[in-house]
Amino acid sequence: MTKEHFDRRRFLEGTAGVAAGTALSGASVWAPAVHAQSALSFKPEPGAKLRVLRWSRFVQGDIDAYMANVKRFTEKTGVEVRVDNEGWEDVRPKAAVAANTGAGPDIILSTNDDANLYPEKLLDVTDLCDYLGKKYGGWYPAGEAYLKPDGKRWIGVPLGCAGAMMVYRESMIKAAGFDTFPKDTDGFLRMFKALKDKGTPGGMALGNATGDSGWTHWLMWAFGGSIVDANNRVVIDSIETYRALEYARELYPTFVPGTLSWLDPNNNKAFLDGQISVTNNGISIYYAAKNSPDPKLKEIAADMNHATFPVGPVGKPTEYHLFFNQMIMKYTKYPQAAKEFLRFMMEADQFNAWIAGGGGYVSQPLRAYASNPIWTSDPKNTPYRDAFANLRPAGYAGKLGYASAGALADFIVANMVAEAASGSKSPKEAAERAQKRAERYYKV
Amino acid sequence: MTLLERLQNSRNALGLLFMLPAAVLLLLFLTYPLGLGTWLGFTDAKIGRAGEWVGLDNFSFLIGDSVTQLALFNTLIYTFVASVIKFALGLWLALLLNRNLPYKSFFRAVVLLPWIVPTALSAIAFWWIYDAQFSVISWVLTRLGLISSYIDFLGEPWHARLSTIAANVWRGVPFVAISLLAGLQTISPSFYEASAIDGATAWQQFRHVTLPLLSPIIAVVMTFSVLFTFTDFQLIYVLTRGGPLNATHLMATLAFQRAIPGGALGEGAALATLMVPFLLAAIMFSYFGLQRQAWQQGSDR
Repeated sequence: MTKEHFDRRRFLEGTAGVAAGTALSGASVWAPAVHAQSALSFKPEPGAKLRVLRWSRFVQGDIDAYMANVKRFTEKTGVEVRVDNEGWEDVRPKAAVAANTGAGPDIILSTNDDANLYPEKLLDVTDLCDYLGKKYGGWYPAGEAYLKPDGKRWIGVPLGCAGAMMVYRESMIKAAGFDTFPKDTDGFLRMFKALKDKGTPGGMALGNATGDSGWTHWLMWAFGGSIVDANNRVVIDSIETYRALEYARELYPTFVPGTLSWLDPNNNKAFLDGQISVTNNGISIYYAAKNSPDPKLKEIAADMNHATFPVGPVGKPTEYHLFFNQMIMKYTKYPQAAKEFLRFMMEADQFNAWIAGGGGYVSQPLRAYASNPIWTSDPKNTPYRDAFANLRPAGYAGKLGYASAGALADFIVANMVAEAASGSKSPKEAAERAQKRAERYYKV
Repeated sequence: MTLLERLQNSRNALGLLFMLPAAVLLLLFLTYPLGLGTWLGFTDAKIGRAGEWVGLDNFSFLIGDSVTQLALFNTLIYTFVASVIKFALGLWLALLLNRNLPYKSFFRAVVLLPWIVPTALSAIAFWWIYDAQFSVISWVLTRLGLISSYIDFLGEPWHARLSTIAANVWRGVPFVAISLLAGLQTISPSFYEASAIDGATAWQQFRHVTLPLLSPIIAVVMTFSVLFTFTDFQLIYVLTRGGPLNATHLMATLAFQRAIPGGALGEGAALATLMVPFLLAAIMFSYFGLQRQAWQQGSDR
């Protein structure tokens, strides 16, 4: 303990001692790149106090570890930090109002393209992000796509993403003739058909589920479709999209009945009741089952496993996950303290502890943290490790902002896939309709 | 006489003074938000960002927007079917409760329960009842051997519409029933005695005594009921969030989806404003329509 305490002291002094200090602590095991870097630190303004608004935890371990880090920050710097929690969907309007009225929390942890809605209201954190990127093996591309929109300036610090992966029952896919989870979309479809024949169907949400309908983006991208091109031109009505929708049409009849009405909790309930063999979800199903006192759930936890989404004809991963940012609001009275806070939270000592605390719920935005033991201590966690690496923003391949946020919130892609999958519209009709709806957001 | 004394002696000044708190509340919490909402509908405001005046842009887009058209259709169906059923069941229940039953007050209290339970809670109960995998209705019917596969209550557009309507009816009937019951109790028994002496049948009594005397109450109750149904939000939001395929999106839920999660405050406000003409029409219809009938039937109004 004394050793660690000593480290932190040295760290605060913010000079060459840091490298030596961290080398002694556990951090060096996870982030060997540390040694070469000179340290960066910001000197909090005298009397600084910070208010942080973040999305409320999905798993208890997340907030416990987060608050432990916050406490250490206060002990080290004397800066008082108040952390408020709100449901992630409620953070969005609050953050927007704060940004535009110039009053509210100093730091906001929000989701998806929020930072792109008011980039001019956010503090430039380029120095901090460059430092972190260099020190921890570089940012994954999605972090830059979201928070370095012009390719030069960082408007926020990526925090990570809540990975959504394929969740399946090993015994059931084995019984259907699959020893491993299929890696491509063809095998994926064959597996779903086989599972259905065996009476152990899979199922994924096709209702207006804000989180779990994200797989519909994966599907569209896997076949090369996208809402917009790099110039923000709406191109969803394309041959590639039709192919994705034809595929959805074949996939849907293999699903357990009722998926058109599924909201976010439905697949968790059905999976934990043993009614479905495969679905898409965060690691929370596993977390819940593993930590449950119920022997039946423990049995399911032992039999379940995770896999990354299969790769489609485009030949590379095309995953959609819930992205988390950290924004410092420009109006803050304590910009240095705020930057120091984010720096502290992103450094190996704190960040590794937090990721581990969350049980793998959040996947890291910096490459070096991929070696965190949480990803390998339980091999079932491993697929979630790469969520951020394979992440695409919902507004891919265009510029992010009000249009991409609006199109996602209006379930344009989810509705399109649901319409085509259920046969209520032909793939062409569904894509045409999505095109019209998207064009409205992208104002043609 | 001091100013204070003069004030205390002036009925007009005192009247105004006593009205002030209520007026301030109404202006601040009803008129201002309503006005602001209407104004926002004519701007391109985003959440947190003041908008520019765009005239009728939002409205012209919404009229051509297929999802909005569907939401309007859903809202009209939802309101019409649910209101008719609520009226029929409510009136029937009121007539039953108006009789001299044993444990009368107990039954009257029990009937009110669905109305008292917070909507979000009862909606969650319905969400389980309608669940594609765990529905208790499907479970019972399968056990009885009546169906072989679970009913997809919320996954098929028309099933979903009817299921949400059923949940709304369950929740709304008590309000109609208890209000109409109150109305029934104001009808003097002498009318029934007189008509009975004249040899009127039960149906004739209902048709020519009960209904005409009850119609002012019916007008008020049904106006409220239609308003509540048309602007329903919680039930849909919990059960389906407007799915499947937007088949249960009501104007209110769509306005929320566009305005808050979608950030298009102006468009959401315009959608909400679009509800006003329909609400006014509904009020006019049920209020004046039924009032006139009351008057034609010889009511003293």
